[in-house]
Amino acid sequence: MEGSTIIFYLLAALTLGSGLLAVTSRQIFRSAIYLLFSLIGIAGLYFWLQYEFIAAVQIVVYVGGIVVLIIFSIFLTQRTGEKLPEQKLGRQLFAALAAFCGLAIILLQLYKFKLIGTAETPVEPTVANIGTQMLGTDVGGYALPFEVVSMLLLAALIGCIVIAAPSSSPKRGETQHTNPKPNTN
Amino acid sequence: MHPGLNEILFISTALFFIGVYGFFTRRNLITMLMSVELILNSVNLNFIGFNKYLWPHKLDGLFFTIFVIAIAAAEAAVAIAIIINLYRSHNSIDVENAEELKY
Repeated sequence: MEGSTIIFYLLAALTLGSGLLAVTSRQIFRSAIYLLFSLIGIAGLYFWLQYEFIAAVQIVVYVGGIVVLIIFSIFLTQRTGEKLPEQKLGRQLFAALAAFCGLAIILLQLYKFKLIGTAETPVEPTVANIGTQMLGTDVGGYALPFEVVSMLLLAALIGCIVIAAPSSSPKRGETQHTNPKPNTN
Repeated sequence: MHPGLNEILFISTALFFIGVYGFFTRRNLITMLMSVELILNSVNLNFIGFNKYLWPHKLDGLFFTIFVIAIAAAEAAVAIAIIINLYRSHNSIDVENAEELKY
């Protein structure tokens, strides 16, 4: 067994094992940390597939952004040291059954067919190639989706501020919260 | 045996259904969001595997992965804003307590 195969299976075990722990752990903070390791394992798989740019994006956006956001929201909403309540056994059983049946169906379909790739010369996924095609406006260029996604990010930014900002106007009396800090914006 | 496309697809399928299991069993909104992140990651791994082994002369799977990551980031931010707003008004982020989603 060569080294690259061993590394692949180690990364796979890291991803799947910590993913499984992330959805079953009853302490929510540990669950977030297991999610972090699962995402790092996925980034390692991207490195193994030699898609270095995607691996870097994965680490920066997921590990550096989303998991930190999730951890901060856990700090804001959970009482520390409190376990999540035990779920009903029937619900756990049926969820496991549904997930296992779906997995079995997909894997049976997967191993029934042999997927054959093209024989054309591969394009190296370097940053120069990615950037040229990402901002290209000719056939196969991704300039329009790029602009649409930037508009989506702007909309999400404004929406987050509007939703999460504490309500300052006392026009709805029953939903007014006592906020100790004065709202300055 | 050197790992190929089938192994990548096995990992992504297993990760997808781990996420589905978490989404079914969890009743806390943040842990449900974490399950959704696992599902989105499995889809990204699928795109990259197909792009690497079946269509290596194009980069389309890679671009789809980039856009999925961007949309997932926006989705996580909006979901956490909603969760924090819900916690402010209900003092709980359990989905059983969030059945009247009215202001």
